Amino acid sequence: MSRPATGGRGRWLLRRVAYGATAVWATSVVVFAATQALPSDPAMAILGGDATPESLARLRLDLGLDRPLWQRYLDWLGGVLTGDLGRSLDSGTDVATLLGGRIANSLALLLLALSVAVALALALGLFAALRRGGLADRVVTSTAVSLQAVPGFVVAVALIVLLATTVWPVLPAASLLEPGLSPFAQLHYLVLPALTLVVAETPYLLRQVRSSVVEALESDYATAARLRGVPERRVIWRHALPNGLVPAVQATALTTGVLLGGSLVVEVAFSYPGLGGALNAAVGARDIPVIQAAALLIAGGVVVVNLLADLVTVLLTPRLRTGES
Amino acid sequence: MSAHPLLRVEGLRVALDIGPEVLSGVDLTLDPGEIVGLVGESGSGKTTLATALLGHARPGARITGGTVTVGDVEILGLRPRELRRVRGGLVGYVAQDPATALNPALRIGTQLAEMAAVHLRGREVTAEVGAALEAAGLPSDRAFLRRYPHQLSGGQQQRVLIALAFLPNPRLVVLDEPTTALDVTTQARVLASVREMCRDRGAAAVYVSHDLGVVRGLADRVAVMYAGRVVETAPLGALFSSVSPPGARHPYTRGLLAASPDVAVRGAPRPIPGHAPSVTARPPGCAFAPRCVAADALCRTETPGQVEAGPGHVVACHHPLSGAVVPSEAAVVQDVVGEPLLRARDVSFSYGSQRVLHEVSLDLREGAFHALVGESGSGKTTLARVLSGFGGNVTGDLSYAGEPLAVSGADRPAELRRRIQYVFQNPYRALNPRHTVAEILRTPIRHLFGVPGDEARRRALDALGRVALRPEIAGRRPGELSGGERQRVAVARALVCEPSVLICDEITSALDVSVQAAILELLTTLRRDGLTVLFVTHDLGVVRAVADEVSVMHRGRIVEHGRTDDVLDDPEAPYTRSLVTAARGAVRQTW
Repeated sequence: MSRPATGGRGRWLLRRVAYGATAVWATSVVVFAATQALPSDPAMAILGGDATPESLARLRLDLGLDRPLWQRYLDWLGGVLTGDLGRSLDSGTDVATLLGGRIANSLALLLLALSVAVALALALGLFAALRRGGLADRVVTSTAVSLQAVPGFVVAVALIVLLATTVWPVLPAASLLEPGLSPFAQLHYLVLPALTLVVAETPYLLRQVRSSVVEALESDYATAARLRGVPERRVIWRHALPNGLVPAVQATALTTGVLLGGSLVVEVAFSYPGLGGALNAAVGARDIPVIQAAALLIAGGVVVVNLLADLVTVLLTPRLRTGES
Repeated sequence: MSAHPLLRVEGLRVALDIGPEVLSGVDLTLDPGEIVGLVGESGSGKTTLATALLGHARPGARITGGTVTVGDVEILGLRPRELRRVRGGLVGYVAQDPATALNPALRIGTQLAEMAAVHLRGREVTAEVGAALEAAGLPSDRAFLRRYPHQLSGGQQQRVLIALAFLPNPRLVVLDEPTTALDVTTQARVLASVREMCRDRGAAAVYVSHDLGVVRGLADRVAVMYAGRVVETAPLGALFSSVSPPGARHPYTRGLLAASPDVAVRGAPRPIPGHAPSVTARPPGCAFAPRCVAADALCRTETPGQVEAGPGHVVACHHPLSGAVVPSEAAVVQDVVGEPLLRARDVSFSYGSQRVLHEVSLDLREGAFHALVGESGSGKTTLARVLSGFGGNVTGDLSYAGEPLAVSGADRPAELRRRIQYVFQNPYRALNPRHTVAEILRTPIRHLFGVPGDEARRRALDALGRVALRPEIAGRRPGELSGGERQRVAVARALVCEPSVLICDEITSALDVSVQAAILELLTTLRRDGLTVLFVTHDLGVVRAVADEVSVMHRGRIVEHGRTDDVLDDPEAPYTRSLVTAARGAVRQTW
């Protein structure tokens, strides 16, 4: 990461935002090109297989499909920038309306899963680090490794069997959210998908926290503090933890990125009406405007999350926050 | 030695969890206010002893026996709570690397306040902190206290650690190579602060160092460690005396003295044959026996006990030496008359917008052993790299044997690339860890000379012989070699190219003195065979020992150059004078 001190903090932030915007723009090009390369005809998708050649041709003209690729890209980009994401080919509704509610649902799921996962990872990671080499550490770490090796959909199915259908059916197997209500008002629908995400992402985060805290606890400055008679409690909380958290913040950003795109499997498994589910359905229906919008939103989300993580890292690291003397 | 020593270490043992002992029964005493220099090469156990004085063993090792008594406190038997009060309060500790020993996320003031909160309950904290900072030669204003460690220079960081250690007025301070990472002028100033603080606050000190020169300028007594034991303890005067009384008695101590270059005296450092055993492979009996000329069957089976050799002088040797120390033969001073082989004219170099070399000119004469001296950041490595053809943002002219020489190695003819060879500072990173030594040596031979495999192999073995390595090394990988062996392989890799000029960038700074002496001896031999050497170093002792000519760099400029003896005996540039004074200060006791 470049150092904010060179050229002032404001300029550093501006540069980071510019990099992020560039990354999102590059994604838009890739997404647009990829969707155009799909072997499907939007006109055919709208009108169905029994449409006459004349009506197909007319619709193609209406959709502007006869115009060159770059022009269509610019039109689409212009639309995105002015808030017009186009219309769904499948349902004919406005893409923004279609995705709006689903974004809220996805964010709710993400937030719930992430806060639980981060809290768990911090607690267990710190616990394991303090008992490094001991039995508790080995149990926590090896459990984490085993869980990390289990694919998300297996976790989902296992949880459904465990808590929704066979063993102890207390929770709904499908998350059939009431469209008008806030997702948090129907928390019981969120528990299973969130739990699946927590099980999938906590092990990685936990191991990151453990290893960075262990490194900080065994660092020269922690040893030096101990040899100055500083109590261990203070060595842990004041010396080791702040330095140990920095890698954990970056790991959290990475996890959030994975969750943004990766909740797809979970959303499909639980029929959860989120962004991932919408993307999945749109791909099935070759609903190109929806695919484009969803992919771009996810890319934008990843960029924003990483920007936030970099900011937090800078705030936690004096060397990055202040200049060299 | 008084009847009531401040520190008494008896039979101290530290072992690795996997079995072998790092310290095998160490005895050491210290009077109140006394400064003892604890000297040893890497692997001797000196840092282990230093932290054991505070009841600490690093992860993977533990204290298995013996006692450490400071005043009337037996440290090894303390409960954790009492031990915390002793650490810092009764015994202070200054760690080796100031860059890593301060918490990068905490302000200087916070770290000092923490120390005060732990050890100075209820006292006038602000005044005490201010006094400690000033005694350590630091400002104590608010702006300074609000700084973070990375905003300080290495010397300032080390002074902060020293201020932290002295803040609670401990009776004993353990300093673990606190100046090794510092430049010679900074080092001299920090040492002076340490000396003053010990005197003013009545603290005794154990000063750990691999550098006899540093210890000589600071300590009252010297304890020499080898393979986990103290082999000799002597008053400073007795140890360094070369006539009478007989000086150092242990063959290892004498070897160490003979291997240490001295800025005041021209003499070739003599290596100690063999190398120090690793912790896991220490021989029975006297661990030094395999390298000792005086060793006999007794030495190889029985560990020698401590023998009184004079007042305050104890030696652990079956056959302590008693004759006068044989002065090392003076190195051949060669007046170099050769024509300039490699020349730089008005060479400047910039990293981005920062200029680090300012119109530097240098003549490297054919057959010379030319030292390029300076402190870190002076541009000496940059100049060496420019000459070697690393390229970059260079202006000015280079020439080789009168012909213009391209700045970038890629633009030089293959023949010239071969003739100018470069050896890197760090032997641990300069060799491909996946290749065997044979592969490392054969690659340039095949590339440059296109000779068949048998011939390449013969030349590789020949090169190993020239750097005094056994042929069986050829099958090993760098990871299996010691630091000195690796650096020899790096030199051998340069030699197989049959160079005319060898550019050595601080190639001994990561090595122990006895190993350094061997490398210097090797270079001197190669030079006798006609090789021209440019030797980059920060160590004036090394310059005095081996170089015919010297150029002194400061802030990207060459401030002085000339014959070594002329420059070191009668420096003209103010900067050279301060360097020489600092280096001499480190070897002369000034109080």
